[in-house]
Amino acid sequence: MKYTEDHEWMRLEDDLIIVGITEHAATQLGDIVFVELPEIETQTAKGDEVVVIESVKAASDILAPLDGEIVEVNQALIDAPALVNEDPTGAAWFFKLKVDDTAVLDDFMDEDAYKALID
Amino acid sequence: MWPAEGIAISGACFQAWTEGASDADLSARDACAFRGFVIERGEMSDLKMLDLAALHDAHGAKMVPFAGYNMPVQYALGVMGEHTHTRTQAGLFDVSHMGQVILRPKAGMEALALGFEALMPVDVLGLAEGRQRYGLLTNDAGGIRDDLMFANRGDDLLVVVNAACKDADIAHMTAHLSDVADVIPVTDRALLALQGPLAAAALGAVITLPDMRFMDVAEIDTDFGTLWLSRSGYTGEDGFEISVPNAHVQAFAEALLTQNTVALIGLGARDSLRLEAGLCLYGHDITTETSPIEAGLTWAIQKVRRTGGDRAGGFAGSDVILDHLANGAPRKRVGLLPQTRAPMREGVSLFSGDTQVGAVTSGGFGPTLGAPVAMGYVDAQHAALGTELTGDVRGKRLPVTVAALPFTPANFKR
Repeated sequence: MKYTEDHEWMRLEDDLIIVGITEHAATQLGDIVFVELPEIETQTAKGDEVVVIESVKAASDILAPLDGEIVEVNQALIDAPALVNEDPTGAAWFFKLKVDDTAVLDDFMDEDAYKALID
Repeated sequence: MWPAEGIAISGACFQAWTEGASDADLSARDACAFRGFVIERGEMSDLKMLDLAALHDAHGAKMVPFAGYNMPVQYALGVMGEHTHTRTQAGLFDVSHMGQVILRPKAGMEALALGFEALMPVDVLGLAEGRQRYGLLTNDAGGIRDDLMFANRGDDLLVVVNAACKDADIAHMTAHLSDVADVIPVTDRALLALQGPLAAAALGAVITLPDMRFMDVAEIDTDFGTLWLSRSGYTGEDGFEISVPNAHVQAFAEALLTQNTVALIGLGARDSLRLEAGLCLYGHDITTETSPIEAGLTWAIQKVRRTGGDRAGGFAGSDVILDHLANGAPRKRVGLLPQTRAPMREGVSLFSGDTQVGAVTSGGFGPTLGAPVAMGYVDAQHAALGTELTGDVRGKRLPVTVAALPFTPANFKR
């Protein structure tokens, strides 16, 4: 798993990059009550606001970590936003991204580097 | 015309989030997210500390600046858990940032009551000893300077005001009441609230609780010094607000917390609880720009102060306020139930067709309802229950229905 400085995780599966938020981010945000997902086939640029998540207290944006095309979104989060708190790095993935070259992942933090960031 | 404050601040939150390269930044974004609370930003060292700061820390509090104080916004339980705990058991809130002020009469209680009535459209003279009442300091334009509680303690009035307004309130009362009262800020006492269906049982296990109903006040001597009790709160639940000498507040809070029904509750759940209960947050749902009638606080203006009453008018802004009472206000505060899962927060513009007819002043998620809830102001012709409007959420017009307040029934011991 790779990590961004915006507290997102990325995992490579079947040549697609699966994106979610870290347990640390989910804890900091608190109880998630609403998730708004992008349309599939959306072309995104790194830094685009692609997902809105809202806790009891506030709304936050999740940014696209890379340039690419959103090819799948996790519809389960619409009816069960609390999944983000329950299983942030598993069942609560947000979207799958198709990129030109998955080697771009090498530029991101590994788990040790991310742990050092949040400690 | 409609406040845009929430929108502007949410931009700052967004920036903090996107630039969040460290835990400190993420926390800053998170704190910033409480835009309903964060009135000013300052270095932590500028902030006043609560006497219970160490206790909050020991219970895993996340602290944020609010009204000049470093305040617990949530504990380990989290906002949702704390909200539910208060609705089902007993929640303990440290509200020591609020202003406790004694009005000590110089020329008798009647003169003090009549003097105070010049500042509020409220019946002060008729408040019986041992009773508390909700009051509103108004301005000459009929707007609201602050909302408050005041209690008749026989020899004086005890007033509790909002933290962000307390310096201005004290100056205002001092300027206008100097002939009839000494205005004495209480600086040696903390203020706790214990709220929820099990609050009376929990408090009664720690002190000998006098027989009190909703809005009664009492002064009792205990192992924790002399406590000033009122059976009131701001959650819609039964409960008590308890003024405790600073020297005893730690021991008193710890004694309450030894009971497994009592948990500490932060500002986050305080906000969602009062929102579900339909109660106004000063600076958001009521301001110097809103009249009490627009705000739906007509019930707080007793008949004796209305046109035709024995002491009608004679308070700041009475021409505007009595006109709104007689002829209707141009806009009204209403409850709002968003019809999708998306919360509608402060600053969301409300539309009827393509015409903007109002804006949300408080909004979020109601954990007891399990759905988003909000309140806001709409033009009077769109204020009827059941009126279907839309709210602009991130550029999308989502359906929202005007609904009755409160969203959750009050459980007061009347």
